Amino acid sequence: MRRVAAKLAVFALTLLGASALIFLVANALPGDVAQVLLGTDATPSAVAELRHELGLDRPLAVRYLEWLADVLHGDFGTSLLSGDRVTDLMAPRIAVTFWLVGLGMLGSILVALPAGMAAALKRRRWPGFAISAAGQLGMSVPAFWLGILLVMVFAVGLGWLPANGYVPLGANPGQWLSHLVLPVATLALVQAAVLLRYVRSAFVEVLDEDYYRTARSIGWTPFRALLRHGVRNAAVSLVTVVGLQVSTALVGAIVIEQVFTLPGLGSLLLTAVAQRDLVVVQGTVMFLVLAVLVVNAAVDVGYTLIDPRQRGGRV
Amino acid sequence: MGLSNWRRPIQSIALVLAGVLALTSCAGAAGGGSTQGGQSQSGQAQHDLVVGATLEPASMDPWHNTAASIPQVLLYNVYETLVKVDQDGKICPLLAREWEISADRTEYTFHLNPAAKFASGAPVDAAAVVANIDRLKADAKLTETLKLQLAVVDSATALDSQRVLVKLTRPSMMWLYDMSSTLGMMVDPAAASNGVDLSKQSAGSGPYTVSKHNQGVSVVLAKSATYWGTPARFDEVTFRYFGDPNAMNAAMLAGDLDVISNLQAPDALSQFSDTSRFTTLKGTTNGEVVMGLNNDNEALSKLEVRQALTMAIDRKALMDTVWNGQGTLIGSMAVPTDPWYEDLFNTYPYDPAKAKDLLKQAGYAKGLKLRFRVPVIPYAVNSAKFVASQLRDVGVDAEIEELEFSRWIPEVLTNGDYDMTIVAHVEARDLGKFADKNYYWHYGNPTFAKLYQEADEADQATGVELMRQAAKLLADDCAAIWLFALPNLVITKASVVGVPANQATLSFDLTTVASR
Repeated sequence: MRRVAAKLAVFALTLLGASALIFLVANALPGDVAQVLLGTDATPSAVAELRHELGLDRPLAVRYLEWLADVLHGDFGTSLLSGDRVTDLMAPRIAVTFWLVGLGMLGSILVALPAGMAAALKRRRWPGFAISAAGQLGMSVPAFWLGILLVMVFAVGLGWLPANGYVPLGANPGQWLSHLVLPVATLALVQAAVLLRYVRSAFVEVLDEDYYRTARSIGWTPFRALLRHGVRNAAVSLVTVVGLQVSTALVGAIVIEQVFTLPGLGSLLLTAVAQRDLVVVQGTVMFLVLAVLVVNAAVDVGYTLIDPRQRGGRV
Repeated sequence: MGLSNWRRPIQSIALVLAGVLALTSCAGAAGGGSTQGGQSQSGQAQHDLVVGATLEPASMDPWHNTAASIPQVLLYNVYETLVKVDQDGKICPLLAREWEISADRTEYTFHLNPAAKFASGAPVDAAAVVANIDRLKADAKLTETLKLQLAVVDSATALDSQRVLVKLTRPSMMWLYDMSSTLGMMVDPAAASNGVDLSKQSAGSGPYTVSKHNQGVSVVLAKSATYWGTPARFDEVTFRYFGDPNAMNAAMLAGDLDVISNLQAPDALSQFSDTSRFTTLKGTTNGEVVMGLNNDNEALSKLEVRQALTMAIDRKALMDTVWNGQGTLIGSMAVPTDPWYEDLFNTYPYDPAKAKDLLKQAGYAKGLKLRFRVPVIPYAVNSAKFVASQLRDVGVDAEIEELEFSRWIPEVLTNGDYDMTIVAHVEARDLGKFADKNYYWHYGNPTFAKLYQEADEADQATGVELMRQAAKLLADDCAAIWLFALPNLVITKASVVGVPANQATLSFDLTTVASR
């Protein structure tokens, strides 16, 4: 119980610290929404008046505490620009980013796990080198470039898939899928290239372990021995890496959403920053921070599931 | 980059006693709208059109937000005006069949088309027009641009159900021109009582209604079933927004779009050279790419320095480099569709040696340092680099600082904290901005301001001539440096016809567009 309480306390403190940081950074941006709202022809006095009306001229600390109190009540505020509730703006976009990142991570694991295992097993022969080299290449390719390349080949050249855009799952599942294939593939390939290295080294370590040699000596094939004994052992370090990768995938999604004009959280954030709609910026970043923290917590739980030794402390 | 104007010059369209004549010349809609529409996003063959555009509007309310992306969708398509400007810059009838102007040019009598009605079925009668003008006059939160345009209106009265009399406080031919744009958009007076939220929905009299605004994605217009004029040719028109021009080009190449409303990267033109698939329209816009000079700066307040800077830049080479040679080379704040346009490009031709002499005369033989603060917009940044390298050759050190647009607005546009900058002024007939000493150029030459005012208040022929002189004065005086006028580069599928080549108004006018 004490461990859970301690973890929760750290969780809450991290969120609080993040909220202060987000608020400070967002408010340090030059330019403001009053100017955007009134347009380029606004007089300075009209801008000052609107700033007053929106409460933007009050002390930073007061605005922060008010915002924090609202967030604690689950109220992320309303967009200064459109007047829509921030939660209403985020809801449809969370779904887009969730599918992109979720399917992208799943895809990257599906690619990296078998490829990494093969690279470990054949590490002194050409298939091993080839896979590692492909991974290196993948890591050095920027996500947006890969995205453009895939669009050029599969949308413009072959015409198999739409170049960009999004259709919600509920509106048309087939269209939803066809619009997601290229962005998900982009994210999955870039992430897989990173993951591949960790998978390979985790399994290379397993190959040196006594239990693996024992399994081999009683006549198991290398693949069976790896699958039976290696996966669980390698998984402990891999879960950490995958957990960290979810955070980088969320950041990577911002770029990919731009390339494929997906209406996700990333594009909401970019637009809001450009228009200085700080309430939306704060809400979106806060949500992303929360998502990362929840993933980290899930990783912690994951350890105890994978490794019985972690359960010793009586949760 | 959409800068709105303060005051606009008089304009020259001959609106003598009746606009009826114009009716015949303006009715040139694309003939024979057929039933084969573009591919919709969902892939079904519908009578749909998908238009790619750049800037997404924040709302559907142009009365409280100056963003040009709002009238791009709404003007003429959703909301109609008493008079309309066609793609040659000519004023034509729309809701008003004809109009009369009093001898002292302060009284306009509009004869409304009795057929006109709003989407709700209510007639666009004299009472509705008066209600619209009164509504804007009473609105304290109206944008500054609209307030200024409305300031000349003294009163509006309904003479009978079909005739409206508008009295102005002084003659202003620009007012009628303004009425063809956002200022003149007629809203159903019953909208509020019908529970219509004008920032999200529409209550106009046009062939389309606002169906849906998918934040971050698109605005969807639907055919108005009750339209009083020639019915819309598409069941649905979607404006899809692309932050990234490459994504828009890719969508067009992949066949997901029917039209690119204005190509943002002229280098990409060659991608659409296959005429069996695409049609490329090269027209003009109202966008002058202005290299603004802060006339409050001590060096820049000297005519010799402004002349030297103008002559130090090879603007032809600049347009070739920066904008793929597309656009029009101009020498003043006027574009070819303006009635008072004359070619002033060669007022101060490229001559670096002469530029050096002029700088020496002005006392800057040892060099001159200027802060070149430009917004992060492709044409601005690329032009700035080109200009800076040429200025270096004549001994002027232009320090480029790139500012995000939302920072550029308060610092450069509002506070005038800069020496030189570059931005496109996309509003139509925006010469009058130079009359305002407080505007960010801080030009405020009293001779120009006086000339401009006289032009606006004069009758047509005199007005145009005076405005031509005003534009010439700006060029001679190097009030700014006009790099080039942005082209209107429209790409359509070969099956799409009737898209206007010139961007003479803020509207992306769908009323003439059809699909074979």
